[in-house]
Amino acid sequence: MTRTVLTVDDSRTMRDMLRMALAGAGFNVVEAVDGEHGLEVLSAHRPDVIITDINMPKLDGFGFIEAVRVDDDYRAIPILVLTTESDPAKKDRARRAGATGWIVKPFNPEKLVDAIRRVAA
Amino acid sequence: MDELEAIKVTFFQECEELLADLEGGLLAMQDGNDDGDTVNAVFRAVHSIKGGAGAFGLEPLVRFAHVFETLLDAVRSNEVPSTPDLVATLLRASDVLADHVSSARGLGVVDEAVSAAMAAELKACTDPNAAPAPVAAAPVVEAPAFEAVSAAPAEVLIGADDALDDDDLGFDFQPMTITIDEQAADVAAAVGNVWTVSIRPKSDLYRKANETALLLRELARLGPIEAALDASAIPPLDQLDAEAAYATWTVRLETEEDENAIREVFEFVDGDCDLEITRGEALSPDAALAALLAGPAPAAVEAAPEPVVVTEAPVEIKAAPEPVAAAPVVEAAPAPVAAPVAPAPVAAAPAAPAAAKTQQIDVPGPGQSVIRVDPERIDRLIDLVGELVINQAMLAQRVGEYGIAPSSNLAMGLDELEQLTREIQDSVMAIRAQPVKSVFQRMPRLVREVASMTGKQARLVMDGENTEVDKTVIERLSDPITHMLRNAIDHGLESPEERKAAGKNPEGVVKLAALHRSGRIVIEVSDDGKGINRERVHSIAIKKGLISPELQLTDEEIDNLIFLPGFSTADKISDVSGRGVGMDVVKRSVQALGGRISITSRPGQGSTFTLSLPLTLAVLDGMVVDVAGETLVVPLAAIVESLRPKPEEVRPLGPVGSVLAVRDSFVPLIDVGLTLGYREASPPPTEGVVLLVEGEDGSRAALVADAIHGQRQVVIKSLEQNYQQVDGVAAATILGDGRVALILDVDAVISLRRREPPRPVEPTLIAAE
Repeated sequence: MTRTVLTVDDSRTMRDMLRMALAGAGFNVVEAVDGEHGLEVLSAHRPDVIITDINMPKLDGFGFIEAVRVDDDYRAIPILVLTTESDPAKKDRARRAGATGWIVKPFNPEKLVDAIRRVAA
Repeated sequence: MDELEAIKVTFFQECEELLADLEGGLLAMQDGNDDGDTVNAVFRAVHSIKGGAGAFGLEPLVRFAHVFETLLDAVRSNEVPSTPDLVATLLRASDVLADHVSSARGLGVVDEAVSAAMAAELKACTDPNAAPAPVAAAPVVEAPAFEAVSAAPAEVLIGADDALDDDDLGFDFQPMTITIDEQAADVAAAVGNVWTVSIRPKSDLYRKANETALLLRELARLGPIEAALDASAIPPLDQLDAEAAYATWTVRLETEEDENAIREVFEFVDGDCDLEITRGEALSPDAALAALLAGPAPAAVEAAPEPVVVTEAPVEIKAAPEPVAAAPVVEAAPAPVAAPVAPAPVAAAPAAPAAAKTQQIDVPGPGQSVIRVDPERIDRLIDLVGELVINQAMLAQRVGEYGIAPSSNLAMGLDELEQLTREIQDSVMAIRAQPVKSVFQRMPRLVREVASMTGKQARLVMDGENTEVDKTVIERLSDPITHMLRNAIDHGLESPEERKAAGKNPEGVVKLAALHRSGRIVIEVSDDGKGINRERVHSIAIKKGLISPELQLTDEEIDNLIFLPGFSTADKISDVSGRGVGMDVVKRSVQALGGRISITSRPGQGSTFTLSLPLTLAVLDGMVVDVAGETLVVPLAAIVESLRPKPEEVRPLGPVGSVLAVRDSFVPLIDVGLTLGYREASPPPTEGVVLLVEGEDGSRAALVADAIHGQRQVVIKSLEQNYQQVDGVAAATILGDGRVALILDVDAVISLRRREPPRPVEPTLIAAE
């Protein structure tokens, strides 16, 4: 079964990069441009894994993760956050919000797929 | 183009948008609108540029963006106050950032000294107390594109913080420090490849959707594992907290990998489980069994005495969110070891009210276009619609020739067809129309740079950025606007001292405005500077032999001398305007586009350059007239009224000219046939029809034609592209009967008429409108 990954990032470049890496690894990719949009796409596509940026307009990554985690239907979905640099404070805050793991940008496709494998059943 | 290159193209497109957002946000802050959203958007713009640049290994860009971002982060968290000075610095930094983007794109070179100075300035703003430390190579550079960043720490502190927080479960885990160095690891490899890993998950691990079974699966990738479950901590069912974690796993792992590799498996759950990694067989199966049996949990009684062996290959784990149920080891403990997550999602699909909206994955950024279409396709569409308009006109003419009543079904159907054709035409033109914003948004930076180079203080005020114009025209606007702005600041504005002395605000105002007028786009560049020094312009023109000294010129004519080739008012050629490009070049390039440029000036109050260009080269509403047997089209936008002159209204003026009395004023009579060279002598104006027209500058003239055929929409066919530019003619068109007709350039005809009478000097001198 093809697994679906939801990517949430306001940067078109980053969404394209993620799509390229994920589609190349056989994932089905759905995209959202910010946290609010992400919650909408979530309900429509029920992804197996979520990858989200932190700095986004409307609803940022922290808020998005928290919203996913309080929803009984979705709180078991693994969420990977994209951090631009290994910023410990940001990473910790994302983890407190409920992030499952993280991917340090810039990522390479193998590392990305690796991270998904580690969190996805 | 491979996929990565395609994304890189996207990245640079996005950079343009982000840079525009950045500048827009900073300008809003400059105007005092620095609410949190603006600062956040500004931060995000730089952050996104940095993120993308990192992905492509664009290091100088990443470095500069990082310094910039750090300061913006401090501003948005109110650690650094947002003062006008700071915003000015940020604006300059945005310019340098734009340079870095261009440079990364291969479109220019960054001035390293400027960039370094800017970076130092940003750092100083971020932390005013920081000594200007010689941190030349700050470790801000991220790993280049697509290179794994996987340096594991050499020293790991396990469970130090979180163990203390975990008192609710009553575990008494002692944090311990494990120091690993390479030598030790080597020794370990020599001694043996057996490791014992003890994992005690906390409820937080499950709350974050991590999963012990997956950790075991990951361990199994390193080598064969045997996992034993210690379920002794599981309370009786009635005391069981479904959200809590009770189990401890002990794993025997045989691997060639070192401890770092093992530890990396637990990277995501660092702090969310107690982890012990020791070399060798720490726990015999018997000991594990003893531990299990000793446990009070009724579950333990039924537990299989053998540790469950998880081999590398067939670890089948389903997607069900009940973690333990999915793991093969579950037989060892029938009671739920941990039920961290909610019961499996109910099959009922959640209400998806926004389902339609979510289909739209790629939501455009504000003000940006969504669909990318090859412009050639649109051009082709525009051509086809042009043909359709001509065809429809021909059809209407044929039907008219058959004398069909206007009330007939056929005629009415044709009317509807005409309506539809027009709507299609408008819609197609709208596809290619774009706001002039894309050009305007490059100008604030230009003004800042020119102002700082010339020592002037200038503020740019823009108006009408959303005025739409055909894309082909937009691309050609940038150069003339750039030059006019440079000129306005360099030559128009006075120095701050002079302005103060003149009782003005030391900061000069330069206005850039776009508007639609008479079916054309008009760009105005005005300044509140000193205006044109007519005396000086006049004397320079004489000195340079451009005009004859005895020539009497009006103020307007003197102002327009600056458009003469070879004219430059600057005493010394400055860095800014004196680049060998005079206003004459600007004028010529504008004319080549079918446009005009003019200037008005008031001493001490400033000058205004007005640039007018056709909105499009596609269609025009025109009046079809006959002149000396030729059919001409006069743009409707220029026509004020048409009339038949009475003999008493025509008055001779000078040897050849004559004027027409229209109500209270006199306007020059121009015989179009004579001006265009169709005939040698004019028939009396009273025998023809007069079109009262108004030029760009508001001047009026009465054009004499032989007859009027009526009003029609015509498709413009460029003469320049198909033949060459002809004075007095703007373009050509094909009429309904298939004949070619020329479209009159009203302003050119007026100015051609002005230079008709012989003058003592070259006629072109006064031609500047």
